[in-house]
Amino acid sequence: MKIPLKRSAGLAIAGIAAVGIIYACAGQRTATTNLVTGDAASKVYVAPGSYDEYYAFMSGGYSGQVSVYGLPSGRLLKLIPVFSQFAEDAYGYDAESKPLLETTYGFIPWDDSHHPELSMTDGVPDGRWLFINANNTPRIARIDLTRFETDEIIQIPNSAGGHASPFTTPNTKYVVSATRFSVPIPNTDVPIDSYKKSFKGTLSFITADQPGKMDIAFQILMPGYNYDLGHAGKGPSDGWFFFTSYNSEQANTKLEENASQNDKDYIAAVNYKRAEECVAQGQAKPMAVEYFHNYVDPGSRTAKSEKKTSVKVIDPVNCAGVVYYLPTPKSPHGVDVDPTGEYIVAGGKLATVIPVHSFTKLQKAIADKAFDKTVDGIPVLKYDAVVAGEVQKPGLGPLHTEFDGKGFAYTSMFISSEVVKWKLGTWEVVDRIPTYYSIGHLMIPGGDSKKPWGKYLVAMNKITKDRYLPTGPEMAQSAQLIDISGDKMKLLLDFPTIGEPHYAQALPASLIKDKQVKFHKLAENTNPWVTKSEADGGITRAGKKIDIKMIAIRSHFAPDNIEGVQVGDTVNFHVTNIEQDWDILHGFAVLGAQTSELILQPGETRTLTWIPKGPGVYPFYCTDFCSALHQEMQGYIRVSPAGSSVKLMANVSKKAQAQLAEAQKEK
Amino acid sequence: MSRIPRMLLLLAAGLLLVAVRLPLWRVSLVAPQYPEGLGMVIDAHTVRGAKENDLGNINALNHYIGMKAIDPTAIPELRVMPWVIVGLAVFAAGGALVGRRKVAIAWLASFAALGAVGLWDFWKWEYTYGHDLDMVHAIIKVPGMTYQPPLIGSKQLLNFTATSWPASGTYVLALAFLLGVSALVVTRWMGPVATSKPARAAGASRVAVA
Repeated sequence: MKIPLKRSAGLAIAGIAAVGIIYACAGQRTATTNLVTGDAASKVYVAPGSYDEYYAFMSGGYSGQVSVYGLPSGRLLKLIPVFSQFAEDAYGYDAESKPLLETTYGFIPWDDSHHPELSMTDGVPDGRWLFINANNTPRIARIDLTRFETDEIIQIPNSAGGHASPFTTPNTKYVVSATRFSVPIPNTDVPIDSYKKSFKGTLSFITADQPGKMDIAFQILMPGYNYDLGHAGKGPSDGWFFFTSYNSEQANTKLEENASQNDKDYIAAVNYKRAEECVAQGQAKPMAVEYFHNYVDPGSRTAKSEKKTSVKVIDPVNCAGVVYYLPTPKSPHGVDVDPTGEYIVAGGKLATVIPVHSFTKLQKAIADKAFDKTVDGIPVLKYDAVVAGEVQKPGLGPLHTEFDGKGFAYTSMFISSEVVKWKLGTWEVVDRIPTYYSIGHLMIPGGDSKKPWGKYLVAMNKITKDRYLPTGPEMAQSAQLIDISGDKMKLLLDFPTIGEPHYAQALPASLIKDKQVKFHKLAENTNPWVTKSEADGGITRAGKKIDIKMIAIRSHFAPDNIEGVQVGDTVNFHVTNIEQDWDILHGFAVLGAQTSELILQPGETRTLTWIPKGPGVYPFYCTDFCSALHQEMQGYIRVSPAGSSVKLMANVSKKAQAQLAEAQKEK
Repeated sequence: MSRIPRMLLLLAAGLLLVAVRLPLWRVSLVAPQYPEGLGMVIDAHTVRGAKENDLGNINALNHYIGMKAIDPTAIPELRVMPWVIVGLAVFAAGGALVGRRKVAIAWLASFAALGAVGLWDFWKWEYTYGHDLDMVHAIIKVPGMTYQPPLIGSKQLLNFTATSWPASGTYVLALAFLLGVSALVVTRWMGPVATSKPARAAGASRVAVA
């Protein structure tokens, strides 16, 4: 969803009231409310010690992260930090992970994550990676699903508002990113009301099938509309990509009204195989831009940043046949391709029907040159020549559609707050179920792929109100689990979520649960500051910089008594968790540090930087309850005034311990 | 001895060679925190973790009770044991070759004796590790508590249930021993060598010697 709905609940409620009247006229709301029947509890009950059937990955929206839930229980399994700093595990705070959040604007501690996308093989989720977009400062992240960690982030140049992202092609060759906000390209200082003349959109195709090597293959320069969502073709439409756009009015102020004038906006149908040809033939112009590519080196588990300086840009004027516009009512939001790859379903936010385009008709219309006009080198196809059908009276505010693989489509209706089930081909509505309240995206595991696992549907709602015990003005966003295995949809479960899940994806747990990494092999740790055994720890000074190499193991740090640090020094604690056992983590925090703690997975090295402000003795301790003697897992670091004669000392080796004993005797 | 018992002895020799490469004993440790369990495997030549790092993790836990780190290089018997088993195999093969009952009996007797010594030695190491605790540096001190795992069966050691059982190698060794016993039994059943039909080669050599 692109509208900050949570913040405009009042507006939305007013909208509901207004359209309620229209809706009453539209009529035919199912009398039954499809509420829980007696066996719902048993259908979502996952007994203690048992596992859920699916992993669901939900975007965090304005939290910038990804949350992982088990389905059908709705239990929260994990938060994966992606675009926002996460003090809980030092993501974006420690020296090892900070480079992931580097951009041409400098270090950015937050973003708005919208659409998780699973990697696919032959159009089916394969459980290798999860991609997710940053909307505000356009970026795409790759999350490795053997570790549930962000491994790579690429910035998208020539883009503002990376909303139509990071939808994947059937074999994960590309993920995409399109500009929600058109901007001057290259971005320069121009009057805002020169929008129609100087503002442009871009559609970016990013290679994604090589971990650590994401790169922008090419960008397509587009008319200055708002590009909203996208989906790849599959099967017969493999090689094509579909993006919705709105604001074909090209308004630059009060879009609410000014961008809602035209009866139809466009779906951009992109033939990316044709784009590849144009690139191969040199039709794409290299453009000087700057963007960052950040990735985690697996051995050192340390992120590295590289700045890239060029991108290939295709102007459709110079690459005929690369893009066509499909007229689509009205201000379309979602664009979803059915499992067969034939039907392209649009969610026209303000439309009274759900239009469905046919890929077969699209090809014929192109062959017949059934064009209305051409916009900036892009032919606009005739609506009647491409539309396969329209779902009549579906409800109000259609946004997104997913599929069950059994010939049915499920569309979320924001304004009438319901999920509508309809039949592909006949376009008849067969069932509807209310949601609580104002659903945005919906998700069926694999529901946008070639082979959906059509058992459950999750509704992700924008307004929560009275669904849970109240928690002040702001409530957690709410999701609902709906059983779609029968003819009638049945509500099974409500569960609160983290941040604002926009979209989610899910897949059977069996695809990833047995591939999980349990610890990092210490022998393979290539971090330059690794300490592989107690005897290897120590302390070194280089000017005002102090580096302490330290190990953590149940239940002590070594060294744990450190002296010789002076006010004015910058102290780097390089702590290695030398455990080689599953789920045995240690933490590290030092009094007065103006940063987060460290959380150390078994076998890894992380760095906390501390600038002591005054003389004294400062304790440090383990923050993750690791063992029976966790409370004993602590140490001290002594800070002396600048210029002090206290010797640099860390009690690691027997010799150092002897020296420490001697020093104490002398006192 | 006739052909069948000699073949049995040869087979026993082969099994002994197989057993050298198989795990002989397995000690598993399960605790509330270790539902997946930790385990130790005793091979003829070494002690190792059942899973990667299990031995290191067992040692890491044992430091709490003051137990010495289990280090296979500190157990000299492990350097000898493979050769003892290989020696028994050679002995058995030799027995098959000469085909004399007394040799087979001598082999079985030494096998039994060495097996008994081996078990005693294993028990003694368990005893040593379980009792020889560094009470100065031990973190958890339970008066009167020792940590000797059982030779066979289960025993509760603080939060861990230690279970010890012979592993495949020991069963193969036992089978080799039983084959030896059978060879003797078969020899007795079949009576004197001369009446044995298939023992022509052996009979011939005997004639030559005579």
